[in-house]
Amino acid sequence: MSIEFNDYQPIYQQLMDHISQRICRGDLAPGEKLPSVRVMAVEAGVNPNTVSRTYMELEREKIVESRRGQGTFVTEEKTVIEKLRKSQAAVQADRFKSSMEQLGIDKETAFQLLENTWDRNGGAS
Amino acid sequence: MTNVSCSNVTKKYGRKEALREVDLTLPENGIAGIIGPNGSGKSTFLKLISGLIRPESGTVTINGTETGRKSGAEAAYLSEEDSLYDFMTVGKTIAFSSGVYPGFDRELAHTLVEEMKLDENDKVKHLSRGNKARLKLAVTMARKTPVLCLDEPLSGMDPLVREDILRLIVTHLDVEHQLCLITSHEVKELEPFLDHVLIIHDGRIVVDRNVEELKETERKSLIDLLREVTV
Repeated sequence: MSIEFNDYQPIYQQLMDHISQRICRGDLAPGEKLPSVRVMAVEAGVNPNTVSRTYMELEREKIVESRRGQGTFVTEEKTVIEKLRKSQAAVQADRFKSSMEQLGIDKETAFQLLENTWDRNGGAS
Repeated sequence: MTNVSCSNVTKKYGRKEALREVDLTLPENGIAGIIGPNGSGKSTFLKLISGLIRPESGTVTINGTETGRKSGAEAAYLSEEDSLYDFMTVGKTIAFSSGVYPGFDRELAHTLVEEMKLDENDKVKHLSRGNKARLKLAVTMARKTPVLCLDEPLSGMDPLVREDILRLIVTHLDVEHQLCLITSHEVKELEPFLDHVLIIHDGRIVVDRNVEELKETERKSLIDLLREVTV
C-alpha cells in the first residue's frame, strides 16, 4: 500500500497529511495505536527515519502522543481532531478555488458546479 | 555510529580517472542513494569504501582505519555481478556464507530467505534472476556490517522484485546504527527511501545533501536535480 508522493514537498509532510486524513476520517480512531515506525515505513514505502520524523511532528501538533515503551497513539482530544479536520478541509477548499481560477471560472459558477456535484453524487449536506 | 571518510581520493583504471579528488564524510547512519549516469564512478566509489580496490592517491577510512582487504567486518559489498555458487542450494549458500563471513547472522539469513519465499532446497542454478537477487541481498544483510554497499540491487528486476528488495532493506536495516549505500538508476522509486543523496558525475561528487532538506529548500525531485547537475 505504498503512497504516491509528489515531487515538491518533503515526504514527512506528505506522510503527515496522509495520516491526518486517516485520523479525520476515523480510519484511525481516537486513542488508537499507530503502526510501529518500521511497519509504517514498509506500508508507506518510505525510510523509517522519515516515519520517526513524521510521528515527532504529529506529536508536536498534539495530533498523536507517544507513550514511553508503548508506542504512538492518536489523540483522544476531540477538539484537536475537529481542528485538524477544519484545517485539512481549508487546504482542499483553497486547492479547489485555485483550480477554478485557473480555468477562469467565477465564484458563482464554481458554487453552482459544487452544488450540482453534491446533489448528483449524494453525500452529507 | 560509523565514520566513513574519503580524503582527496583519486582512482584510475589505466589512464582513465574513475574518481577524482573525492573529499567527503558520509552520514553516520541511514540510507544514502548514490546516483549518476553510467560510468560516472558509482561502483568504484562503493568498492573503495568496502576495501575491494585501492585508490591511486588519497585515503578512504572507516572509523579511522584505512579500508582494504580486512574491511569485511565493517563494510559488506553487494555486487551487481553474479556472486553465488551455482551448484549450491539456498540452504548451503547460507551455511557457506556463515563460514566465510565473520559475524554472519545465520538465523537472520534463514528468516530473510523465508520472508522472501525462497526454498532452501533449491539450487542457485535453478533460481530465477529475481530470486538470485533476493538471495544475494539476504546474504549481504545477514552480515550485519555497520556499512552496507549495495551496487545496483534493483537493476534489471521486475517491479515486484524491486518492491520486495526495498521492503527487505527497510524492514531489516537498523537505520539508527547502520549506513546503507545504494546505487541505482531507479531514482524515482528509490527517492522516498533515502535520507541522503550523493550525485556523481564524471568521477566527481557534485551533490552531497540530505533529501528532506533538499525538498524543503528547493522543492524539486531528485530526477530534476540529476538533470540539472549532469548537463
